Amino acid sequence: MNEITKIETTLKDWETDQEVRWCPGCGDYAILKAVQRTMPMIGGSPANTVFVSGIGCSSRFPYYMETYGFHTIHGRAPAVATGVKLANPELDVWIITGDGDALSIGGNHTMHVLRRNLNCQIMLFNNEIYGLTKGQYSPTSREGTNSPSTPYGSVDHPASPCAFALGSGARFVARGIDINKNLPDVLMAAHAHQGAAFIEIFQNCIVYNKDVFEDFAAKKTAAATQLWLANGEPMLFDKGVKGIALDQDAMALKVVDVVDGDWEAAGVLRHDVTNRSVAHMLVELQFGVFPMPLGVIYDDPKPTFESAVVAQNEAIAANKKPDLQALVSKGQTWTVSEDGPDL
Amino acid sequence: MASAAQVSDEQAVDSVVVRFAGDSGDGMQLTGGQFTLSTALAGNDLATFPDFPAEIRAPQGTLFGVSAFQINFGSRAIHTAGDQPDVLVAMNPAALKVNVDSLKPGGLIIADSGEFGKRNLDKAKYETNPLEDGSLAKWQLLAFDISALTLEAVKPFGLGNKEALRSKNMWTLGLALWMFDRDRQPIVDWLNTKFAKKPEIAEANIAALNAGHAYGETAELSGPVKQATLPAAPADPGLYRTVNGAEALSLGLVAGAQMADLPMFFGGYPITPASAILHHLSRLKEYGVTTFQAEDEIAAIASAIGASYAGTLGVTSSSGPGIALKGEAMGLAIMTELPLVIVNSQRGGPSTGLPTKTEQSDLYQAVYGRNGDAPMPVISARSPSDAFECAIEAVRIATQYMTPVMLLTDGYIANAAEPWLVPDMSDYTEFAVEHMTQAQEGGFKPYGRDEKLARPWIKPGTPELMHRIGGIEKGVDTGHIDYGSENHQEMTNIRRDKVLGVADSIGDQQVELGEAGGKLALIGWGSTYGPIHQAVSRCREKGMDVSHIHLRYIWPMPKNLGELLKSYEHVIVPEMNTGQLKTVLRDQYLVDAKPLNKVSGQPFTIAEIETAIAEALG
Repeated sequence: MNEITKIETTLKDWETDQEVRWCPGCGDYAILKAVQRTMPMIGGSPANTVFVSGIGCSSRFPYYMETYGFHTIHGRAPAVATGVKLANPELDVWIITGDGDALSIGGNHTMHVLRRNLNCQIMLFNNEIYGLTKGQYSPTSREGTNSPSTPYGSVDHPASPCAFALGSGARFVARGIDINKNLPDVLMAAHAHQGAAFIEIFQNCIVYNKDVFEDFAAKKTAAATQLWLANGEPMLFDKGVKGIALDQDAMALKVVDVVDGDWEAAGVLRHDVTNRSVAHMLVELQFGVFPMPLGVIYDDPKPTFESAVVAQNEAIAANKKPDLQALVSKGQTWTVSEDGPDL
Repeated sequence: MASAAQVSDEQAVDSVVVRFAGDSGDGMQLTGGQFTLSTALAGNDLATFPDFPAEIRAPQGTLFGVSAFQINFGSRAIHTAGDQPDVLVAMNPAALKVNVDSLKPGGLIIADSGEFGKRNLDKAKYETNPLEDGSLAKWQLLAFDISALTLEAVKPFGLGNKEALRSKNMWTLGLALWMFDRDRQPIVDWLNTKFAKKPEIAEANIAALNAGHAYGETAELSGPVKQATLPAAPADPGLYRTVNGAEALSLGLVAGAQMADLPMFFGGYPITPASAILHHLSRLKEYGVTTFQAEDEIAAIASAIGASYAGTLGVTSSSGPGIALKGEAMGLAIMTELPLVIVNSQRGGPSTGLPTKTEQSDLYQAVYGRNGDAPMPVISARSPSDAFECAIEAVRIATQYMTPVMLLTDGYIANAAEPWLVPDMSDYTEFAVEHMTQAQEGGFKPYGRDEKLARPWIKPGTPELMHRIGGIEKGVDTGHIDYGSENHQEMTNIRRDKVLGVADSIGDQQVELGEAGGKLALIGWGSTYGPIHQAVSRCREKGMDVSHIHLRYIWPMPKNLGELLKSYEHVIVPEMNTGQLKTVLRDQYLVDAKPLNKVSGQPFTIAEIETAIAEALG
């Protein structure tokens, strides 16, 4: 984010007086609290912060943040946010979206906001279902998902949000879980990144897709099923007895056993957030064979879209003096006097 | 009106129509554009009509690949591009075939005989060579090998054959300049600038231009071409330039933003014929203009809405199909009551329709084309120079009333050029915007209203005024989500009344020509201004009781319009659609407005409208 004066706030300063209207037990509550907890930690200013959302359960989010907020139309939040940020690059812009909003109706805008590298945070609440329209399968639903529109099971292949983001040119990709205590850390890292920061948050829709992430989100099995990534640290899980190494013959990642904590001997990789090739492999890992990679997967900034636009605008304008009268009088002109044209 | 061919030095002509036609790759639009410039510099009034195919380079020599540029210029005020050409310049058989029937009987054909070989004749579906078989007898024909003459003229520059033949259009232009006694210097200057980095190309083109001119001047020519000099047209004193609609509209947007004291954000997606506005604005960064070529039409308008939300002037532009895609976002701008200017450069529809042909068939779309009760002001430009004024007006309404505004223009206006009395910017009244920086007395109301029913414009970043907006129905005053039935009724009424209230700021509808009241009124809108005006003028000269009314404000309409229309026995609505304004007028005022419609992709001819007037009064 832009270097702005850090403001002292508390969680309460970020809560609105509006009644929160998600289903009781929805994962969105936990995400909302995590964001409200994060904002004081990053020293954000409510007046300088804008939450922009599309349509869906998650997109109600701005109403509950005591900031500026714009609940737009389905899939278009990245486009609206682009206009906001280009008009005022000083604003801290957060995009709130869901799996249907960002990857189905708004897939095009998600791709382009990442490609352009608009300086903003994009929080994609992935619950693998359409909640607001009462439970149809979504572009991230697994094959065979039974839903009102697929009563015999869905037959199409799901999209992988993080792979989509990386493929679109994202320079920051991270994953979190709604109820996980590490979520604020992930959000802070995203906020610290200059450029489009993409965060997939596994969010439990308790009404239409309950516990769909239980295989890796459940606390009691978390150690063996979650791979928390930290820059410079070895990729270890299951209390350090397993790790991720490179299978050089297959040019793919593999799980290896770590004996006596000697992860180097086991060939376990150190996580390098700037390694794009490994990031591609991490987001494609098949859960079950591998644990679920979480935390900051990739973080390698490059110049942002709005800074490039502003720099070009200023550079071009610097050599020219605006003069409206001269502008309308441009080109080849002639004068007509009372007696007719002077040729 | 005499054809140029019939003009003797003593004979006075008051206007001449010339059409240049050739392959779409022959540079016809360029030729026409340069002829226009030199004509304007000679002090003639003029109007132009570019008519080109949708394909960038259609297969050479084919009938559908013909590109034409028509100019009407003269010593009286010109309102249209002219009905029938006096002179047709045909660069190949296809161009001749497509255009010759519209040439005035007795008119002059100038043809490049070098292109009338068997292959090109076949492509144009001529069984015999029309230059030789007598089929062009009712016109005057001047055929010579322009290709060979051009090659000869540019020989010293050592260009390849293909490259050399590209100068054919300049050769032809040179001849046309001679015919109408136009100055070559502006074209020479332009060529030198355009090809500054390729001086040999500039020189070849200048040589071709001079050769064409010399060809007319020297005695090589005997026959119908004679030089015609048209005296300059009477015009209001002042500084003039030529301008086309896309440029005038862009300048108007810039001027409007300056008058509102706002930076401008323009979100666009390329589409014919609207792209020219994006091109113009992208070069005006020093006026606080940011342009954004979005990933699609929806992102173009959505980004403009975001920019307006952040406190700048959001503008987007497209043509019919793109406007359709923007529909949902327009509803968002209506619901969130943010200023926004949406420009629609109309083209033939539906669907992809006729991208390069003109039509006025998006009036329903502009006035009615959104889900829900979604009122939005709609205004329309009548000519290239009027597009400047309309753009300023669109910005004024959008920012003063906190509403999206649609500005209608069309392919004809966008591409056509006319002389423009350069406005004195100090004549305009500014309407500087003030964003809200402090809550209203008695508490903060994001949806509180002023006397015009406009809500405050609050920029994110303003301390203490955080609030949330969106597409869900808003509570009166608070702007909170409110699904209440009474609230929806009230908010719907407010949105309607706010837009209707724009009529308080636009004044009464004037009569362009004729009297308020009488036997017959023709009421038009947009680019039909020229032919309607001319036809009404001619009929009035013949003593007919007919008046011309031209609407700028399509929605809301001027308050006196109903009474005005009812003061005539008959009302005719000429439109390039199947009767859209007619429907709105009937609905609003219960008047027996009769349609006069044309959807051929071509503007009305004056004669067509004169006939309708005569029938109505007969």
